[in-house]
Amino acid sequence: MAAALINVPKRAKRGDVIEIKTLMSHIMETGFRHSTTGEPIPRDIITNFVCSYNGVEIFRADLYPAIAANPFITFFTVATESGKIEFKWTGDNGYSETASAAIAVE
Amino acid sequence: MNERNRITGTTRRQFLAAGVGVASILAVRPASATPEAMAAAIRQIVGGATVRPGKVKLDIPPLVENGNTVSLTVSVASPMTPDNHVTSIHVFNEKNPQPNVASFHLGPRAGRASVSTRIRLADSQTVIAIARMNDGSLWSDKIDVIVTLAACVEELI
Amino acid sequence: MNGAAITRALSAGALAISFTIIAASAAEMAPGERKSGYDFMTRDTQGMQDDDTVNPGMLWVLDGEALWNRKAGTAGKACADCHVDARTSMKGVAARYPAFDAARGRPLNLEQRVNLCRSERQQASVFRYESRELLALTAFIGRQSRGAVVEPPSDERLKPFIAAGREMFMQRQGQLNLSCANCHDDNWSKKLAGAVIPQAHPTGYPLYRLEWQGLGSLQRRLRNCLVGMRANAYDFGAPEYVDLELYLMTRARGMPVETPAVRP
Repeated sequence: MAAALINVPKRAKRGDVIEIKTLMSHIMETGFRHSTTGEPIPRDIITNFVCSYNGVEIFRADLYPAIAANPFITFFTVATESGKIEFKWTGDNGYSETASAAIAVE
Repeated sequence: MNERNRITGTTRRQFLAAGVGVASILAVRPASATPEAMAAAIRQIVGGATVRPGKVKLDIPPLVENGNTVSLTVSVASPMTPDNHVTSIHVFNEKNPQPNVASFHLGPRAGRASVSTRIRLADSQTVIAIARMNDGSLWSDKIDVIVTLAACVEELI
Repeated sequence: MNGAAITRALSAGALAISFTIIAASAAEMAPGERKSGYDFMTRDTQGMQDDDTVNPGMLWVLDGEALWNRKAGTAGKACADCHVDARTSMKGVAARYPAFDAARGRPLNLEQRVNLCRSERQQASVFRYESRELLALTAFIGRQSRGAVVEPPSDERLKPFIAAGREMFMQRQGQLNLSCANCHDDNWSKKLAGAVIPQAHPTGYPLYRLEWQGLGSLQRRLRNCLVGMRANAYDFGAPEYVDLELYLMTRARGMPVETPAVRP
């Protein structure tokens, strides 16, 4: 199970600045901790987040172990046209998840 | 060394491991980044360019209830036009095991240069945000954060 | 408690938590004095709970909704096949748990109730305590009671279990020789290191603790308290915890459910 919680306004006026909020299920294991038996716990984090608006990248983030578990990222974009806003998270151990939201721009 | 401790029934190795377990739960680790390590991480991003204070506003609650999850917002005063906009925002800390926190890449399509996230802070320390403009200029803000530690021990799940 | 847990507790004792509890009596609080842990949090953390779009506990609620509708077990049934729409069928349910189970002759908490449905109705394997699945389902079910007031069943058969739970709450135990009441009845609103001592009302479970960086059940919280007191923690699912849960719910009667709450 890997739920993502995406908040994008369903509709907006052309030219409006809209806020996009994202929450992604992920442990964000830092790689700096040890288990109760003393073994180092290997790093397992999301390293990259990309948001595209109708296929064009509009926002990107590089993440490090200092990002809290279940990464929360919010940012803004100008509502330019109706269509699809897509999100992609990639990380350690081949991790890759996507989500998308539709927006109607009048 | 590996003789079992008569009182607790654990080996010395387990005992040491348990100590480390507590330290990492409380997020206090001896091997932390330093102000020098942070300066080096910043140099990697900005090169030799001058970073000036101003334009950037870094917001973190003044008293953090738990260093494992700290809300952070960086806003930059910019019209975000094709001619005058922010291209990236970088966040650094000085006392986590590693000085980098996150880098955000944006452009005029953002409309507003403001990003929020949640970060981990191992201890009370200084956090710095740096913004790069499309003209290459670099601006920054820093904030001293007080992190309170949890009182009760926790078992690892 | 195993050896590793003991040594962990002992080495943590060296952190020298300054902790002076003077009150010997355990006076139960008046209903007007009751406050949720929410009331002791910073505005920033309260905001994280209040807004579903930023509350990380909602990630588990989303997973729980998916599980609710997924067929499982040899019976090939989903929760939704019997209970249909959780928004109506589960409304207020979490506010009335733990509840008496006649077949077992004792109260069951919500986690145990879900697992009974798994084993008996769905003929599926039970979910482990603190597993993503069990937390997700209980968070989803609990979410349907958000805002409903805690209303433990007025069932005569529950009385001895409530009394047993109250006794556990009042009883001093562990190397620090503390009772739950020493902190949560007598010294709430005071500070234990950097943290405010709340009144221990279990109104938001399962909840997202910033300390855990994840969702956890009330039993995880109770175990943490016992480990903090350097007392023996019972295994997950132990009847002692269910009795204590039941007492805590009667103690919180009338307070609104906050699931999935956020706490520091």
